[in-house]
Amino acid sequence: MIMNKIQIFSKGLIKENPTFVLLLGMCPTLGTTSTAINGMSMGAATMFVLVMSNIAISLIKNIIPDKVRIPAFIVVIASFVTVVQLCMQAYVPALYETLGVFIPLIVVNCIILGRAEAFASKNGIFASALDGLGIGLGFTLSLTLIGAVRELLSSNSIFDYTFEFLPGNGVLLFALAPGAFIVLSYLLVLFNKYLKK
Amino acid sequence: MKSSLKNMVVVLATITTVTSFAVGYVYKITKEPIRKSKVQKTKSALEEVLPSFETLSEPQKLMVYDTDAENIIIYKATDANDAYVGCAVESYSNNGYGGTIRLVVGFDVNNSINKIAVVGHSETPGLGAKITETESPFIVQFQGKNPNEFKLSVKPDGGDVDAITASTISSRAYTDAVKRAFEGVKKSLGEEVDAVGSATSQYTKAEATQDADNNQKTDDNE
Repeated sequence: MIMNKIQIFSKGLIKENPTFVLLLGMCPTLGTTSTAINGMSMGAATMFVLVMSNIAISLIKNIIPDKVRIPAFIVVIASFVTVVQLCMQAYVPALYETLGVFIPLIVVNCIILGRAEAFASKNGIFASALDGLGIGLGFTLSLTLIGAVRELLSSNSIFDYTFEFLPGNGVLLFALAPGAFIVLSYLLVLFNKYLKK
Repeated sequence: MKSSLKNMVVVLATITTVTSFAVGYVYKITKEPIRKSKVQKTKSALEEVLPSFETLSEPQKLMVYDTDAENIIIYKATDANDAYVGCAVESYSNNGYGGTIRLVVGFDVNNSINKIAVVGHSETPGLGAKITETESPFIVQFQGKNPNEFKLSVKPDGGDVDAITASTISSRAYTDAVKRAFEGVKKSLGEEVDAVGSATSQYTKAEATQDADNNQKTDDNE
């Protein structure tokens, strides 16, 4: 039983990693990972929404008629996203400005809707929360990793800590959208070769 | 659960009502902190960009170009002896890569640029967002320049401003906002040259903050 719970949590990190295995939520993955801190903040915001919406949806799963389950899920998810947005604006305005339009876009992040549909609507509260936490953490770590690599290649720093990695000022390409695709694809190759069994 | 028209309507209506109340409640409790953080931002930006000052005048709103949709706001600063030391302008440009760029531009007594702070933008992180880096050569090149001698447009457009590499659009918008601020100051000072430096601005710092507060309120209502 406990093993089972641990598995629910840990599968999100590697076996069902949302970014490198499921390839879900590519829009924020490519859009917000220009630096490590941006990637991490985006991951954290998504994780919060994911855990909360998983809990809420597993609570109300029995009263939702099948035909309107998707609109019902979206309303719940959108509410949590708005809550996150307002709280960020109030208490961490600098972060809110950096992430900008990607915060409201968490609503249409398919990881969240995907977990609601595939897991939370069929499982209990505790398992759903664990699932949200695991997948959210996997997403956060992946985004931080992509962000760190891109920041390193584009501006010779990680988490704003600067050091001499490449000569000159770094490769601008990696701060731009094409760089996101390149970094993601190479990390995907490495992930599949060494971690996925 | 099996769907019927009745239970679909009832469930969706209930969920939307409950979540609306929840979001409304969060909006209510975060409204004040959000407003405060905006006011605080404007206030600290004003103090950052101006030369040291004692009192700020009542904010003056004015339209710089005929095509503008929005006012810029000018605060005139005076020292302890009521002598004019410079002014700060809340300016903007709608030509940013990601939309509007909002700046507070400080001018000293000779109308040279003192410092500039970015208070709002949605430029690309890592590229256009470099306009917020206070120590970067792009920002530093404006400091101490008098726009009468320093032509405020980017080099590709025939001006004197070195644009950020690969961010010409953001640099151009930034420069445009600075220029708008300068034109505003010229207009404002030209109109009331006599008033400047005289004892017309008796506002204390606290009152000026109050004004900034009130402005924010009206802005919210608009």
